[in-house]
Amino acid sequence: MPGYSVKKYVFSKGLDEYFTGVQKAYGFTALFFKEVFKRPFHLREVINQCFEVGIRSLALISLTGFIVGIVFTKQSRPSLEEFGATSWLPSLIGIAIIKALGPLITALICAGKVGSSIGAELGSMKVTEQIEAMEVSAINPYKYLVVTRVVATTITVPLLALYCSFVGLYGSYLNVHSEETSSIFSFYQNAFSTITFTDLFTSVTKSVIYGFTIGIVGTYKGFHATQGTRGVGKAANQAVVLAMFLIFIEEVIIVQVANWIRYF
Amino acid sequence: MEVEKQHIINQDESVISIKGLYKSFNDLEVLKGVDFNLFKGENVAVLGKSGIGKSVLIKIIAGLLNPDRGEVFVLNKQVDKLDRKELDELRLQIGFSFQNSALYDSMNVYHNLSFPLTMNVRNLSKKAVDKAVEEVLEAVGLKEKIKQMPSELSGGQRKRIGIARTLILKPRIMLYDEPTSGLDPITSAEIIELINEVQQKYNTSSVIITHDLTCAKNTGNRIAMMSDGRFLKIGNFEEVFNSEDEQIKGFFNYNFIQ
Repeated sequence: MPGYSVKKYVFSKGLDEYFTGVQKAYGFTALFFKEVFKRPFHLREVINQCFEVGIRSLALISLTGFIVGIVFTKQSRPSLEEFGATSWLPSLIGIAIIKALGPLITALICAGKVGSSIGAELGSMKVTEQIEAMEVSAINPYKYLVVTRVVATTITVPLLALYCSFVGLYGSYLNVHSEETSSIFSFYQNAFSTITFTDLFTSVTKSVIYGFTIGIVGTYKGFHATQGTRGVGKAANQAVVLAMFLIFIEEVIIVQVANWIRYF
Repeated sequence: MEVEKQHIINQDESVISIKGLYKSFNDLEVLKGVDFNLFKGENVAVLGKSGIGKSVLIKIIAGLLNPDRGEVFVLNKQVDKLDRKELDELRLQIGFSFQNSALYDSMNVYHNLSFPLTMNVRNLSKKAVDKAVEEVLEAVGLKEKIKQMPSELSGGQRKRIGIARTLILKPRIMLYDEPTSGLDPITSAEIIELINEVQQKYNTSSVIITHDLTCAKNTGNRIAMMSDGRFLKIGNFEEVFNSEDEQIKGFFNYNFIQ
């Protein structure tokens, strides 16, 4: 039965490759926590990368946040009007944007813009031997390329998420203001009235985890790119797909954990 | 082109010593018992067909790959037994010129050259860095390219800048991976001249991986002919050229017909 044995071989080889990949990814992530507290810290490169991450995504995040604020308000108004509860609109929007939409939209945009760019950049460096060139010059490429980028995304994504929430709320305010006269101050006050410290803390923590995920997935895929230019495209693509997938899984887990914390 | 090679080679002092080196990738056995010595001040050209493990050999010497079996001593240190810090200290004494130059394409020539220096020597003044960059650029004859990006350079210029980047750390050993591949004969001759100048000026010992006979003849004090994962013959060019070994004869005949 040669066909059977070939299939069995392909299956076991695939399984073997999967677990080897998991082990490699685990090792790659564990190395980050080992290296991040060691000197040198390459602060200038971290600042450069923070700037890159921020600049790359700021315009898109501003536009998306603003539109989400307007659309979400527009769609929620009729339902609340049925119960005569339009005064609850700012609180509802506040909860939706600060607790869920702001961090999630920011993370997804950053996964697309920043994750793909990190994956492609490091992938290209890998296939053109630039990473090996660093290694032979006694420069630790993991420390210089991976740690700096992961730290940068971990710092920048939460800041962008907060910014996205504020822009989203502003979009919502403009929509509310076009229907009824209200001041921006009272709108923001109402929007934050139902937000507790735990909500804000959860939202920021979530963004920190998303930022770390985007950075580590992008650098991992880039660092392990193979097969020339085709591999670079593959690394960029996989960096986006895997980061988005992990962000959704993390969202589900974090919401569950935050609810448990709230009840206890 | 015949470059006169007047250089003091100390045959009592080995800077690289390899004994019984084996390396394989999955089922493919690439190196099958390599024995080799590089003496102080000497250039050895490793000749052989593409894909027989020449580049793997120098990657093992630089600690980029680990051997499966065998011993590799560089400057009296066993490369695969060193920890990260010790390996980095050793690497500061090894210059590695990559086949495709491997210049950092997001940095201009100045930053490509200053990067290894500033990352390895702390608290260096801007003036000292500028001076070191200027010095190596002058050594490779490309002083006017200081502000250009790698994408704006020709293949030969990229190779020169790649060599300059290794020279900035003043290495004792140079490893050249196919230094003349993909270059026209005139640019190849310039690179060959540069390799010999580096040997003279910086007093380096070098391993030059090549399949180019002209490069091997004009840069190597000795030629090491590699085939089937081991060295068939090591000696001066005439000794290797006049060898009765069928594989060596075949390699030389093919190259001359070409």
